[in-house]
Amino acid sequence: MEQQRTIQKRVRYLEEKAKEVRVEIVKMIHEAQSGHPGGSLSAADIMTALYFDILRIDPNKPEWPDRDRFVLSKGHACPVWYACLALKGFFPIETLKTLRKFESKLQGHPIAGKAEGIDASVGSLGIGFSQAVGMAIEAKMTRSKYMVYTVLGDGETNEGIVWEAAASAHKYHLDNLVAVLDRNNLQNDGIAEQIMPMEPLDEKFKAFNWHVIQINGHNMADVVDALMKARDYSGKPVIIIANTVKGKGVSYMENVRGWHGKPPNDEQLAIALEDLKGSLK
Amino acid sequence: MSTANRRRLSIGEAFAPRLIFGETLVELGEAYPRLVVLDADVGASTQTALFRDAYPNRFYQIGIAEANMVGIAAGLSTQGWIPFVSTFAIFLTKRAGDQVRNTIAYPRANVKLNGAYGGLPTGRAGASHSSIEDIAVMRAVPHMPVIVPADPVETRAAVEAVMRIPGPVYLRTVRCPVPVIFGEHEPFEFGKAKLIHDGDDAVIISTGMMTPKALQAAGKLGKQYGIRTAVIHMGTVKPLDIEAVIAASERYGHILTVENHSVIGGLGDAVAAAVSEHAPCRVTKLGFQDVFLESGDDEALFSRYGMNVDQIVERVREIAQGKGRRE
Ligand SMILES: Cc1ncc(C[n+]2csc(CCOP(=O)(O)OP(=O)(O)O)c2C)c(N)n1
Ligand SMILES: [Mg+2]
Repeated sequence: MEQQRTIQKRVRYLEEKAKEVRVEIVKMIHEAQSGHPGGSLSAADIMTALYFDILRIDPNKPEWPDRDRFVLSKGHACPVWYACLALKGFFPIETLKTLRKFESKLQGHPIAGKAEGIDASVGSLGIGFSQAVGMAIEAKMTRSKYMVYTVLGDGETNEGIVWEAAASAHKYHLDNLVAVLDRNNLQNDGIAEQIMPMEPLDEKFKAFNWHVIQINGHNMADVVDALMKARDYSGKPVIIIANTVKGKGVSYMENVRGWHGKPPNDEQLAIALEDLKGSLK
Repeated sequence: MSTANRRRLSIGEAFAPRLIFGETLVELGEAYPRLVVLDADVGASTQTALFRDAYPNRFYQIGIAEANMVGIAAGLSTQGWIPFVSTFAIFLTKRAGDQVRNTIAYPRANVKLNGAYGGLPTGRAGASHSSIEDIAVMRAVPHMPVIVPADPVETRAAVEAVMRIPGPVYLRTVRCPVPVIFGEHEPFEFGKAKLIHDGDDAVIISTGMMTPKALQAAGKLGKQYGIRTAVIHMGTVKPLDIEAVIAASERYGHILTVENHSVIGGLGDAVAAAVSEHAPCRVTKLGFQDVFLESGDDEALFSRYGMNVDQIVERVREIAQGKGRRE
């Protein structure tokens, strides 16, 4: 009973946080007039749950050796990562205004060590997942207690390296590795299942000896529950297939291919902020 | 080939070469019934989407799987099809580098490769997308010609020419708008340097989108400093027009190369290698100096790396004044 109530409180808190994260995403991409809003917004609830509930991290000690590791394998969606890091206190919120600008630590695709809290360089799809496997192998090798989390795009699973990484995670018994697949069913050129049919994704990962959890990636209670179960699962790496909506939270972006990599103009920003405010209870 | 409805390309107007590439592919679809186009989920960006819409049955969307795409193209070519493979230069030449080398170049497969988003202009994407070493990589692969058009007119002519060259070709195109410098009917001559501005005092050898900048620099040098500067455009970086390089070496004694690429392994090194073997002279290479590129506005970044028009002017002035020469 008591536990139930505290979980409800956490979920309520995370739902509010996710709105702040979304607001920062659209604001920074508008300011940069460049970047990828669709995949940032679809991952916002997952990322908020990770950064404000699940990850054992300390913004004052970004290099803390025992910290949980996180890699955004779908690196183009870094506005959501930067928003979480800033709101968590890794660097000032004002820094978000420098996204993609000359000499910013917030590069168009994240570079390890450029900004506090970023341990892996990503942007070429598929390369983040292998690095997450490498980190998880390190934790096993040194008997460290840290967990490794990574977020993948569904289009990203087209890349062969994703499946190479999946096989190696099984080989090295990486039950300290949790992947979340942002299943928004859109990629750059169109509908994911038309570009390259990857279903049944759950059966594929099961065949690679992963434990699979399927959820609605916008139901915060489910997201938190799945992440906790994944963290505590032993014996296998875990993938959470999160069904999501690309552009989630901004009416005109939801499920629209054209918002994969395009910034909103002033008018569109105003509508987006109105939409996100409206979603505040 | 029906070219009646072609976009007019007037000197001074700017167009994104990627758009010209996509439109030209559509024209070629009619002329070459065996032409097939493959893309890796960036067709909306590289503009092969235009071909997809015009010839849906000859377009293959392979998804985000560049290595597989190149392998599939090789397979199609063994059966007499002519695949034009397109994706960002960075992924085509590195992620799929093994397939390019072993399944396309080695057997001389008749596969055309479009490396889109060549060099710096990536729309602020940063290091992961800035292809600064693709010319070097592709030059080093045996059997692989490397074509780097200067402007929209040459891009169109080069895409057409690529279809006439037997075997593999690497074509490098850029994302940002580039001003037209050639008259609309200027032909593309494979393997030939082009003197586009003459002058007795200094010489620039440039390639790709840096040629319009070099041309602008030559204009300024003449007007503001009375330095008459020749600009030689290398639309083909491999095979290099060695005769033209030798002639430049003998006439000027010091060559400035300018390219939207690393100074390691690109046009500058090709020119330097040619002169050191045949007609030694100094070569100053303007390009990215062994660095990863940052995110930012294209022009701000070109300035950051010492490659805007005024910086080209400065380098030529130094050369014309005989500065920087080791005694
Ligand atoms: C290796 C590689 N190929 C191509 C791209 C260009 N690209 C960037 S995002 C994207 C689509 C990604 O789709 P998905 O993984 O589904 O991401 P999301 O929908 O979450 O934005 C592509 C093709 C890239 N970044 N890396
Ligand atoms: Mg997707």
